[in-house]
Amino acid sequence: MDNTKNILIVGVGGQGVLLASEIISAAAMNGGLDVKKSEVHGMSQRGGVVSSHVRIGPKVYSPVIEYGQADILMAFEQAEGLRAVDWMKEDGVAVVSMTRLVPAIVTSTKAFNYPEDPIGQMKQKAGNVIGVPADKIAGELGNPRLVNTILLGVCSNYLPFDLEVWQQMIREKVKARFVDVNLQAFERGREIKQAAVEA
Amino acid sequence: MRELMSGNEAVARGAFEAGVKLAAAYPGTPSTEILETLGARYRSIYSQWSPNEKVAFEVGIGASVGGARALVTMKHVGVNVAADPLMTFAYTGVNGGFVLVSADDPEMHSSQNEQDNRYYAKFAQIPMLEPSDSQESKDMVLSAFELSEQYDTPVMLRMTTRISHSKGVVELGEQTKGPEKKWVKDPAKYVMIPGNARKRHVVLAERLEQLRELTEKSPLNIVENNGSKVGVITGGVAYQYAKEVAPDFDYLKIGLSFPIPLKKIEQFVKDHEQIIVVEELEPYYEEQIRAAGIMVEGKKFTGHLGELSPKRVAEAFLAAGLISETHAAMIPPEEDMFPRPPVLCPGCPHRGAFTALKKLKVTVTGDIGCYTLGVMKPLNALDTCICMGASIGNAIGMERVKGSEKGTVAVIGDSTFFHSGITGILDAVYNQSNVTTIILDNRATAMTGGQQHPGTGLTLMGEKAVEADIEQVVRALGVKNVRKLDAYQLEEGIDVIKEEMDKPGPSVIITTRPCVLMPKRIMEEPYTVDLDLCTGCGACFQLSCPAISASERTNKHGHPLAVIDESLCTGCTLCAQVCPEECIILRSQFVEA
Repeated sequence: MDNTKNILIVGVGGQGVLLASEIISAAAMNGGLDVKKSEVHGMSQRGGVVSSHVRIGPKVYSPVIEYGQADILMAFEQAEGLRAVDWMKEDGVAVVSMTRLVPAIVTSTKAFNYPEDPIGQMKQKAGNVIGVPADKIAGELGNPRLVNTILLGVCSNYLPFDLEVWQQMIREKVKARFVDVNLQAFERGREIKQAAVEA
Repeated sequence: MRELMSGNEAVARGAFEAGVKLAAAYPGTPSTEILETLGARYRSIYSQWSPNEKVAFEVGIGASVGGARALVTMKHVGVNVAADPLMTFAYTGVNGGFVLVSADDPEMHSSQNEQDNRYYAKFAQIPMLEPSDSQESKDMVLSAFELSEQYDTPVMLRMTTRISHSKGVVELGEQTKGPEKKWVKDPAKYVMIPGNARKRHVVLAERLEQLRELTEKSPLNIVENNGSKVGVITGGVAYQYAKEVAPDFDYLKIGLSFPIPLKKIEQFVKDHEQIIVVEELEPYYEEQIRAAGIMVEGKKFTGHLGELSPKRVAEAFLAAGLISETHAAMIPPEEDMFPRPPVLCPGCPHRGAFTALKKLKVTVTGDIGCYTLGVMKPLNALDTCICMGASIGNAIGMERVKGSEKGTVAVIGDSTFFHSGITGILDAVYNQSNVTTIILDNRATAMTGGQQHPGTGLTLMGEKAVEADIEQVVRALGVKNVRKLDAYQLEEGIDVIKEEMDKPGPSVIITTRPCVLMPKRIMEEPYTVDLDLCTGCGACFQLSCPAISASERTNKHGHPLAVIDESLCTGCTLCAQVCPEECIILRSQFVEA
């Protein structure tokens, strides 16, 4: 439906994809919107591809997003971003961490290669692709597990929720002792606007 | 109060609001979180993991007959295990309400088949409810208990992966006490000797007639009239996909889907110029509607394999001539990218066992659990996987007909052994099989997220329990050759497996390393690669360890040298054991060198 916003979050098992989608969903529900969020558990947790579909709007039916329908693509890993690029709308935005995770199937068999410059390839297919040096920023903040919150900060520029709502959701969903550093990470992400980062 | 809940969390909430007193299950994707939520959040309900679905079901029957509301949950293939009590419990009926949750897995996200369990409700002739989102999942648990007590029957709530694992907004209600019932001795109802069962079969038939009347007027079977010429007959998550594609069509949404409301359907068909049946998996509605002499189409357009999606429903509507165009962007993407399949975790003890088996080139009959991933490249170390407990029987048969030249070894996990491996071992002993079984004992039901089981010493609710001792169990069954094995010791593993395979009679090898994730994360000192010594031979890559990847440097043939991600390495030592150059060393040693 046209007044539904579709957010597709992709990454690799263990990267924190589900926490990011929890926070977006909670922010939407807090704003009185209908929300559906879908992901598959089980096998996918063992280092496989993880994707979470979040759909928000006045009334949401399908819990899954279709090809070509994502308003926002949030990718925790470059190649996973490229894999999901066809799910984007033409005028959608992609927020992609520059993280590279090369799986064993690429290193141990000669059948597959890791793609050359996945973010560059994404830019050829989609108009608005933002590469985010999330690992670098997370390193500066002293915790490699902040990549998801940094990306969330970037995405927040494209979602209709107030900063206070985001901050409240982070306080609710993140363990108490990590709240402050997550709020900082969110702020660092939020400062990154379209085409601001080319590393 | 509104809350964002998965379908599974909503079922747990429904059980809480319905005043359920007992819940039992064996973990299985996508059903597991129902009992986990009960154990974590609704602790006034007594909840337990049983060794398998059949026992869980029987415990539930006991609670129901004893007068309490009981909830039993399992994945679709679990109902096969519990089918024996199910079919006869349909005859006896209940005392306290009884609800069976069957969580089906269309598309086989984490399953060995995608059987459509709606046929079980029809087979057992018990009412079935099919929710289409989280709110309905909660509401239908309450309806199911009412139906169960009103019609004296077990009721099935049929979930699917997309319902169980999708979250949606749920309006919460209050906890109720549930009806107060007492156990009343009634052998004519509960003792199914032939003389009693024949009478209860009549009761079952009469009950079915009453249910057929009920389903026609049930508010769970809703007509949504939008003044369209097109009518869609649908249920479950397929309803949501269809509404997404064509919100303005008319809908007959089936929530009480056994027995299906044939008269209502007949009227709905008469009222519309065009009709399509949209259902996931088998033509369960369509067959019954057609058998009633009402001509409808559905599977011709939607297909019966895998999950539906808005795209597939749109294509079906297009093919049926109900819409003139589907969204232009709904084209499947071309994908020439590497796959990223699930893999055994860094430090997983199964990796050692499979590497040893691979070196021995034996045939390996497998089972259900994380270790099923042993089939993946480059390990390629698994030859069969059928169902829970099948590895041992498969190996016995294979060994008896000498199907494999190099011999056959069964591998089975600890939780799967308790579930249905014990009888396999008993068969091997009783029938003097020469089969060797490796029990990969990692002290957890790991694949589904590390649930407790009879060997872990803790219950679902966190109470201390007797730890079932696998070695004592197999010895008591009559196995003479029982060995323990450290799965991280590769050479020793190869020797032990070889020795046991050469012995006459059944042998059991029990591995001793726990899961690296549960109950606590294991992180020993990591290893590192001395790149000045690494020749790029690739031996360590063959372990398929996520911590080992290609470095930027290559050897003279252009093959990459190895690098270890120290944040992932658990220090299991396997790669150091397979490295012919001895260039994989403890990080502390590397710094000193």
